[in-house]
Amino acid sequence: MAKVKGTIVVDIEKCKGCEICVTACPTSVISMSVEVNGKGYPYAYLNDPDGCTGCSNCAIVCPDGVITVYRQKIG
Amino acid sequence: MAEKVVNQEMIKPENLVYQKTKVLNDNVMHYCPGCGHGTAHRIIAEVIEEMDIQSEIIGIAPVGCSVLMYNYFNVDMQEAAHGRAPAVGTAVKRLLPEKFVFTYQGDGDLAAIGTAETIHACNRGENITMFFINNGIYGMTGGQMAPTTLEGMKSSTSPYGRDIPMMGNPLKMTELVAQLPGTCYVTRQAVHDPSHVRKTKKAVRKALEYQKKNMGTSFIEIVSNCNSGWKMAPVEANNWMVENMFPFFPLGDLKVPEEK
Ligand SMILES: Cc1ncc(C[n+]2csc(CCOP(=O)(O)OP(=O)(O)O)c2C)c(N)n1
Ligand code: SF4
Ligand code: SF4
Ligand code: SF4
Ligand SMILES: [Mg+2]
Repeated sequence: MAKVKGTIVVDIEKCKGCEICVTACPTSVISMSVEVNGKGYPYAYLNDPDGCTGCSNCAIVCPDGVITVYRQKIG
Repeated sequence: MAEKVVNQEMIKPENLVYQKTKVLNDNVMHYCPGCGHGTAHRIIAEVIEEMDIQSEIIGIAPVGCSVLMYNYFNVDMQEAAHGRAPAVGTAVKRLLPEKFVFTYQGDGDLAAIGTAETIHACNRGENITMFFINNGIYGMTGGQMAPTTLEGMKSSTSPYGRDIPMMGNPLKMTELVAQLPGTCYVTRQAVHDPSHVRKTKKAVRKALEYQKKNMGTSFIEIVSNCNSGWKMAPVEANNWMVENMFPFFPLGDLKVPEEK
């Protein structure tokens, strides 16, 4: 099991639904919402609370800089 | 709106590993979803934060989609007329040589209307850092062909693809300035995936360090997408870029200073 666990916080109203983060996530734990934000874009969210390692890949490729990443040692 | 935050208990300051740099403000950027301009801005801003030079750097904004970039950076910036950022950057740096100066330009700006300013600033070896966002097209004005448009690439003014006998050859500006004695560091990078973002960030840092040592012009091309102009979805545009742009505009360093 992984020794670290991570999570992301997406600024939903600023997300433009480009999906660049989805392709950048090594554990494929980002999905796009079905409902849309105030601008009409689907937004990115973490689909598996145990799958994120907090690697920050998604955040560093996000063109709009809307992802914040947290990481914690576990076990 | 549904609550999408998970692992709420982890969200505390001691666990924070990445957040948007304070060198960018909170304005929503006007770029199309997935446009590389936003990523390029953020990387430059992150390096400014890491080097702690926010109050010592002045940026020169271009004409093109990034014409409003001064609305997003918490640093002093000056707008230049189309293509003239290297000339304005020259003036700013000569008047304030203790400041860091960077220019930021698209390919229509730097490699078409501004070709003369680009070449002469690099040839004079102005001690500035130039960022060149090459998306192979005039993004802002509606996707017209640029000097950088690839052979066969469709644009609004080459709807059947760029035909070389009719429209001329695509221009490799970065190879051109690498030959000039005034440039100290010339490199071509990209920002479409995590590993390239990390490499580009290192290149930005190096360029500004060379500027600090007065080593001459540092020049960083970032091959980027214009998904709107290319008429593709963002991820599709990045894949197209990897397959079609990178073979003609290969990534990597073209010129690095000799270690002293
Ligand atoms: C003197 C002058 N000529 C032409 C224009 C029209 N114009 C605005 S942006 C642009 C090209 C922008 O292309 P590029 O530099 O590649 O930027 P991008 O939008 O692709 O990032 C042109 C020709 C102008 N604003 N000023
Ligand atoms: S931090 Fe890494 S593992 Fe977590 S969602 Fe982002 S890319 Fe995926
Ligand atoms: S990369 Fe950023 S803007 Fe694009 S979908 Fe992901 S969070 Fe949203
Ligand atoms: S038109 Fe092209 S370069 Fe301009 S913001 Fe949209 S994707 Fe980016
Ligand atoms: Mg362009």
